[in-house]
Amino acid sequence: MVVADAGPRQQAKAGNSIFGHPAIDCDIHPAVPNTKALLPYFDDYWQEQLLTRGIDRLSFSMSSYPPNAPISARPDWRPKGARPGSDFDMLKSQALDAFGTRYAICNVLFGASALHSEDMAAVFSTALNEWLAREWLDRDPRLRASIVIPTESPDLAVEEIERRAADKRFVQILMLAMGDKPLGRRSFWPIYRAAEKYGLPIGVHAGGTYRQAPTSTGWPSYFLEDYVNLSGAFESQLLSLISEGVFAKFPDLKFVFAESGFCWLPAFMWRASKTWRGVRTEIPWVKRAPAEIIRDHIRVTIQPVDAPPDPAQLDMVIEQIGSDRMLMFSTDYPHWQFEGTDALPAPLAGDLARKVLHDNAMETYTRLREGR
Amino acid sequence: MSMDVLEPRTRPVRERQSKLSVVDCDIHPAAKSALELKPYMPQQWWEHLTTFGSGVRQNFSETLAYPRMQAEVSRVDAWPPSGGPPGSDLDFMRAQHLDPNNVERGILIPLRMNAGSQRNLAFGAALCRAINEWQIETWCRKEERLRGSIQVSADDVKFSVAEIERCAADPTYVQVLIPPRNLEPLGRERYWPIFEAAVAANRPIAMHVGGVSGSPAGAGTGTISYYVEEHQSLVQAMQAVLVSLVVEGVFERFPTLKIVMVEAGFAWLPALSWRLDTQWKRFKAEVPQLKRLPSEYIREHFWFTTQPIEEPERPEDLDRIIDWIGEDRIMFSTDYPHWDFDDPNYVFKTRMSETRRRKIFSENAKTLFNLRDA
Repeated sequence: MVVADAGPRQQAKAGNSIFGHPAIDCDIHPAVPNTKALLPYFDDYWQEQLLTRGIDRLSFSMSSYPPNAPISARPDWRPKGARPGSDFDMLKSQALDAFGTRYAICNVLFGASALHSEDMAAVFSTALNEWLAREWLDRDPRLRASIVIPTESPDLAVEEIERRAADKRFVQILMLAMGDKPLGRRSFWPIYRAAEKYGLPIGVHAGGTYRQAPTSTGWPSYFLEDYVNLSGAFESQLLSLISEGVFAKFPDLKFVFAESGFCWLPAFMWRASKTWRGVRTEIPWVKRAPAEIIRDHIRVTIQPVDAPPDPAQLDMVIEQIGSDRMLMFSTDYPHWQFEGTDALPAPLAGDLARKVLHDNAMETYTRLREGR
Repeated sequence: MSMDVLEPRTRPVRERQSKLSVVDCDIHPAAKSALELKPYMPQQWWEHLTTFGSGVRQNFSETLAYPRMQAEVSRVDAWPPSGGPPGSDLDFMRAQHLDPNNVERGILIPLRMNAGSQRNLAFGAALCRAINEWQIETWCRKEERLRGSIQVSADDVKFSVAEIERCAADPTYVQVLIPPRNLEPLGRERYWPIFEAAVAANRPIAMHVGGVSGSPAGAGTGTISYYVEEHQSLVQAMQAVLVSLVVEGVFERFPTLKIVMVEAGFAWLPALSWRLDTQWKRFKAEVPQLKRLPSEYIREHFWFTTQPIEEPERPEDLDRIIDWIGEDRIMFSTDYPHWDFDDPNYVFKTRMSETRRRKIFSENAKTLFNLRDA
């Protein structure tokens, strides 16, 4: 399955990844080992709050990623007795060195934005970003990061974005696929205004705050259902972003869907464009077919591939997506999406491979071009 | 519905296909007024209807949550000259739809008043029962081409089972009709007695997009703003229901259960099946009730009606989707008299084999619904 025309060592010398081109991994997950590790990054008041309330001993694992479930870490990427993704040396050798990655974008999945208290969500976001800068970004020049924000408090989120904006290693703003409200709603627009101003795409990562059932028909029984249904959440977010007119208002803004899968895109685009043709007078600010808007403004990380059994079918899906600019390389480290270094499916070859591995991310993440 | 299908190039196809007879799996009958239901309702519940009306888990009591782009969700030309809402006049339905479109059999799917989603379960049961009787008396007895659905309310399992048993003896009812969106995902065990009753009655279960679950229409993403979003959100709901039915092991327990998904389109099915198969391998330990690849259950147990048919940018891509799903599993539907009606003469943009055409336009439905006497 892997497109690799030369051995890892040779490629690394040329600045290339094991796939023969420079690679930018658009979705890796360093993990907070435990809440106590964040203590130094809170002010005195909050340190006392965390200690006296025992909050430093709580786990804020998101319900969408049970840490011991197979999806949460590949067996060979799971540190003994520690949280997957929490060991810097492992991540460095397994996620960066093993693929010959030039840059990797850290999306920290910690329940900060799921906290119900807006104040606590904000200080946890600040602490997380500070921890990320000091304990990860400072330790390896290949690492880049997404800004964690208290999503449901756009004013506080904008403050956090402004606090990080000067540090060009933060290349994106992180939101989740399922929150209180659809992401197109206008209360979020201050976040998008700040994103456009500072040249930061919005990364929307799989998972959610579980403020409501993860389907429109109540709570399923199984994690498998939640994980599969996430593609539906991304579909809903696309409809919201387009219908509310986010891209008419912020024409330079890009959204990166991370860990969303992408095989669902063609059928979604067909239906969205057809429905828009029928009822577009409801949203007169949407002047173009949704499929065109999606190709211009949406980028998608490649893992998980949700691959059909027949590689020819994946070829077909990639053709149907109809753009070589949308897909961006990711390993989703340490999540278990593939074996060995099989992160790049065979149909992503040749010129397309170069775009997926590198060029599309360079185009999307303008801050990668500015260096540090 | 789209205008760009009305191209001259399709005209010759229309001439050639005009003799094709059609089974329409989605026709929406309406009552001229609620009074039509009165003869079928016990006095107590008729008074409830006229005093309190419908009560469902949404913002409005007398209309849908998202105002539509056409009055009564309907084609502007579907208002009967005799008065009453679209779909309420049998003669007009004959003249406008059944006759000119060569509808050999039409399956009625009553949606009005959200009978299957009422919060007051006893009222919902009375309403479902009245609608079931009204369908037969007002429509099917007067028009031999029409068949009915046994409307039930999934969250009232006891009633649903009793109603399926009550209607089972009448072959005019060809399917059980359940709203797809309910309080919980339909695969959960509390709903299984309904599946058991459907299997015993030898009827497929049809789910027409909709239902009022109380959960926002976005797929876990909150309350959406527009009808254009809601129209497609119905697909995400159907996906979640399909996933629930498969993952909960419903088809291990009911190996002969058949599910018809109505008005959800179908082009999304291959990608969803791949996703489910891929992730099942990762989550196997969580769902020991699944003995086979999820896509194997899907291929055995699901049928899909065509409308609103997806329109790929390259029309031939739809043929590939049908190849994957299987031409035995796709059944034509129009959604008459609604605005997004698919016309049998224009619905497919590519030429398909005579066998495939016959299967999709009539044979599959005749086999599934046992309409061979036709």
